[in-house]
Amino acid sequence: MSTVVTDLQHAVEDAAAHLYVWSLKDIPQDLRDALAAARLRETSVPGKRVLETIHKNVNIADSENNLVCQDTGIAVYHVRVGEHFPLHPARIYEGLRDGTARATIEHPLRSNAVHTLTRENTGPNIGYRLPIVHWEFIQDWDGLDVKCVPKGSGSENMSFLKMCVPADGVKGIKQFVLESIVGAGGKPCPPGIVGVGIGGSADYAMHLAKEAIMRPIGTRNSDPLVAQLEDELFELLNETGIGPMGLGGDVTVLQCHIEHADTHMTLNPVAVNYQCWAARRASAHISAEGDIDYDREA
Amino acid sequence: MANHTVTFPITDPEEILKLRAGDEVTVQGHIIGIRDRTQIRIFDQGVEPPMDLSGAFLLHTAPNVRKVGEGKYEKICIGTTTSARMVRFTEPLGRQYGVCAICGKGGFPDEAIEPMHELGMVYFAIVGGAAALETTQIEEIEEVAWEELMPECLWKFRVKDFGPLTVGIDAHGNSLYRDVQTRAKAKLEELFARL
Repeated sequence: MSTVVTDLQHAVEDAAAHLYVWSLKDIPQDLRDALAAARLRETSVPGKRVLETIHKNVNIADSENNLVCQDTGIAVYHVRVGEHFPLHPARIYEGLRDGTARATIEHPLRSNAVHTLTRENTGPNIGYRLPIVHWEFIQDWDGLDVKCVPKGSGSENMSFLKMCVPADGVKGIKQFVLESIVGAGGKPCPPGIVGVGIGGSADYAMHLAKEAIMRPIGTRNSDPLVAQLEDELFELLNETGIGPMGLGGDVTVLQCHIEHADTHMTLNPVAVNYQCWAARRASAHISAEGDIDYDREA
Repeated sequence: MANHTVTFPITDPEEILKLRAGDEVTVQGHIIGIRDRTQIRIFDQGVEPPMDLSGAFLLHTAPNVRKVGEGKYEKICIGTTTSARMVRFTEPLGRQYGVCAICGKGGFPDEAIEPMHELGMVYFAIVGGAAALETTQIEEIEEVAWEELMPECLWKFRVKDFGPLTVGIDAHGNSLYRDVQTRAKAKLEELFARL
């Protein structure tokens, strides 16, 4: 391995190690704003109590330099690789994995990774196919963007897939999302971000739902039809009355984000992936020279 | 909706009977941390827990800790996990061990309402994810058993002003979760008609 490659791989490792811990402690401004707005809007007594407690908790995490939530999740990364970035994705992955492990050992963080059958711990938040990486490849660019999204299990357990049929139409999509969030109740730590993936195939719809929860809160899909559905579902979901932590109230979700793909003429898949109120994420931009620029808001 | 302070473990069942769904509660004294694997060991593998659970307050947790000596741990970040996965242990915890309070996040499904009513137990809702705050309310990790299940051991914590908690299910057959679901399902019918 050449020196350049080694240095870049170390830069990726450093970035991952920093992002994993940072994202767990210091939540982005758009999330802070959304939680503050929710606190103002909520009228139910238990709902207000929950949102006040969340507010206090975020401030204590800041002042004590502690984790916002104890669930350090599974480390999920969204990585955008420029076609001229001089490190192969195989090595980028190695850097992300090593950084995740290093952060877990050095902080230390709770290690959640287990073999899916034996349930035995597989290492410092790494294991076979862990961490999980979503790849995107960008033409005419030599940079690398790494976004770390630690995903807690309380919300991940509230994931749902339905292969609607074309005759179910958009109405079927809306109904399934609403039923899913009502059925999830307080379990995924509402109010959070409802990620919806529509189209593609069964697996790709869920992949897209995960991408949807990684976006900054309130951003809209570039397709106006999809953006309109985001607005509509956001309003409808907040009419269900599930409320903060499922104790009843006006604020059930902070946002609804949708990602879509074109699909087969006989398919109409809809996937729901929930992100809890502690919707943690942090990013780094890495140049071809290995300079790291950290960014809490991307 | 009243406010209460309760010190655990309790000896007087009235301490639980006075709590009503929706009330706000702050907890003092000692609480016991427990999780999936801990309860699987007790009930599915038939191993007696090496701690007294009578009158106890159980917290659904698997904390982030730092080992500082033989059997001695320091808190890093302690929060609460989803309760619904562990609902089937509610009745035996109350009947066999005299547990009278279970605290977690997200609530218990309706199958917990009747055993809690019969056995004088209560479910406390904590704010999931609010672990930074919760950690400051845990003064010390006093005991740990079954360290090989780390982090799903049996933990004994001394707490101060633990909360605010909301009574999610009381010992009188009331559940906020059932009420919210009933209303939400009726609301869904109305929303579907509008689509």
